[in-house]
Amino acid sequence: MTTNIRYKSRIPIKSDETTEEKQYVGFATLPNQVHRKSVKKGFDFTLMVAGESGMGKSTLVNSLFLTDLYKDRKLLNAEERINQTVEIIKHTVDIEEKGVKLKLTIVDTPGFGDAVNNNECWKPITDYIDQQFEQYFRDESGLNRKNIQDNRVHCCLYFIPPFGHGLRPVDVEFMKALHEKVNVVPLIAKADCLTPNEIKKLKDRVREEIERFGIKVYQFPECDSDEDEEFKQLDKELKECCPLAVIGSNTVVEARGQRVRGRLYPWGIVEVENQSHCDFVKLRNMLIRSHMHDLKDVTCDVHYENYRAQCIQDMTSKLTHDNRMESPIPILPLSTPDVETDRLIKMKDEELARMQEMLNKMQQQIHDGKDQ
Amino acid sequence: CVFVVPEFPGLGHSGGGSTLLGYIGIDTIIEQMRKKTMKAGFDFNIMIVGHSGLGKSTLVNTLFKSQVSRWSSGWGSEHKIPKTVEIKAVSHVIEEGGVKMKLTVIDTPGFGDQINNENCWDPISKYINEQYEKFLKEEVNIARKKRIPDTRVHCCLYFISPTGHSLRQLDIEFMKHLSRVVNIIPVIAKSDTMTLDEKNEFKHRVRKELETHGIEYYPQNEFDDDMEDKNENDKIRETMPFAVVGSDKEFQVNGKRVLGRKTAWGVVEVENPNHCEFALLRDFLIRSHLQDLKEVTHNIHYETYRARRLNDNGGLHPISANNTQESNL
Repeated sequence: MTTNIRYKSRIPIKSDETTEEKQYVGFATLPNQVHRKSVKKGFDFTLMVAGESGMGKSTLVNSLFLTDLYKDRKLLNAEERINQTVEIIKHTVDIEEKGVKLKLTIVDTPGFGDAVNNNECWKPITDYIDQQFEQYFRDESGLNRKNIQDNRVHCCLYFIPPFGHGLRPVDVEFMKALHEKVNVVPLIAKADCLTPNEIKKLKDRVREEIERFGIKVYQFPECDSDEDEEFKQLDKELKECCPLAVIGSNTVVEARGQRVRGRLYPWGIVEVENQSHCDFVKLRNMLIRSHMHDLKDVTCDVHYENYRAQCIQDMTSKLTHDNRMESPIPILPLSTPDVETDRLIKMKDEELARMQEMLNKMQQQIHDGKDQ
Repeated sequence: CVFVVPEFPGLGHSGGGSTLLGYIGIDTIIEQMRKKTMKAGFDFNIMIVGHSGLGKSTLVNTLFKSQVSRWSSGWGSEHKIPKTVEIKAVSHVIEEGGVKMKLTVIDTPGFGDQINNENCWDPISKYINEQYEKFLKEEVNIARKKRIPDTRVHCCLYFISPTGHSLRQLDIEFMKHLSRVVNIIPVIAKSDTMTLDEKNEFKHRVRKELETHGIEYYPQNEFDDDMEDKNENDKIRETMPFAVVGSDKEFQVNGKRVLGRKTAWGVVEVENPNHCEFALLRDFLIRSHLQDLKEVTHNIHYETYRARRLNDNGGLHPISANNTQESNL
């Protein structure tokens, strides 16, 4: 795969005592200094998977990260599932590759969309995401910030069934409930039951519906103008392929003389990592090799900041009604208060002034009454 | 129809963690981070403190191979000593190897030059705390910037006069007051006035004095992350304070052009490790520990300031049912 060439890890250049070297100050090593620290600390990534049972979510996760997270899972039958509510289950695994450590957390959502009545079945999921934001917000505002655990969800893979004709109402509602809280990446699951034409039609349909319903799925950032042509081409292909149609597999089969991950059918072998069979490779490249950092950045800079701003505004408006409320953030005198806060403070002041006046009048009356 | 199957590389075993085929590609996140940080650029704020005439500006210019100090920005060549300590910050963007750095040099003219120098470090202390305050205000804002502009002082180069005897009282007082607030790197200025033996003795005495007074200069012992760091930093701490010489003039020595100072008895080569420790300082400051200076400032000095500030604010700190945080003061 040509993408591998791009991502060769760059070893820091050993300094040489040549005259050329002496011309340099030496801060070109800064990126390496930064990375050395990050490599030592390791990275973390939280991925959520959502979709009905049987969409191949667990299999896909195992295929992506070469893990076997669901070894001892017991599959429920329909009867057992009737009364099940949506649960949130976390699996954490430490993966190390070429000296780089990743703490991967998979947030699974079993039970989603499985009930007869699926009204608001996404609520436990949105609550979970908000809880992680809240936890981070409290930690960040606290006194001891040395070891803050970042449990915020960086990406949510949403599995769309391939059997229908596009998005179903539950798909639309789910994505709309989540698109402003987390990076939503829609996937067409179990794509091996569709022919290439059917896949293309379904993708077009889904893309059109996403636009029509105003769903804000995760947008890949624009390529820099100084990127090489190969990268720009790959980026273009990726954007045109969305939503990605994926297949996962826990089994290894023999195809064309090699052992590969795949699914064995009487009519042929589906190879997971074959780009002409499905978009698995594109998904893996996007998720891990090119956009993992960006997914985290967007979570921190956009989704979390939105949550935080909303939270602070809610608290500030609560303060005017309830003077005794303990606020979870330190209220420093903000030198640049926004207009809204200013207005609220003014309102409060005026109210206080009125109350004070009334109080004075009453006291005066009592005082006068006493004298008589 | 027939699918054309593209050739794809053989699948090997990935390292640790899993036994199933293939290579995931996690190490590429380093490259992703690198691209982002290169795009964002870096900034570095360095403060220089010492009484006038110790060659501070020349040294900074030599360090960054550019005219970055105050005197080069057209402030006029009258080296008038101000009546009080002033704080003058000058910024330049320098680029090397595709890396852009916004370097801010903060000069402190007037320090140590008065007859009565009591508390002359107050304006400096005030300036440093003001930068922490600025950052804190931005951090608690409702709509805060994605990258908060960082004007905090990452490093304070303190220039020790090469008396050859010991530290002056002012040196001790300054470093005592400020070593807990900012990263201090003491350097022995104009070290070409001392012979090798004198230099070593002086350094030894200075280190002893700093230890006696409990002054922790950067890299501080308590912040070593692990054994690897400790070993590396121990070696550096044993060599500090670096005895330096600065120069912006070039001379021919053995057919090469070198930065140096020409005297009747020879040329002092600034970058020659046998002559002075400028190269050591430069490598330490810029090539290996620049990022760490910023991190210690952010994770330790700034956090100390913030915690104190929050506690002073009438004890308003997070209270919640499952909150197990305590003040770390």
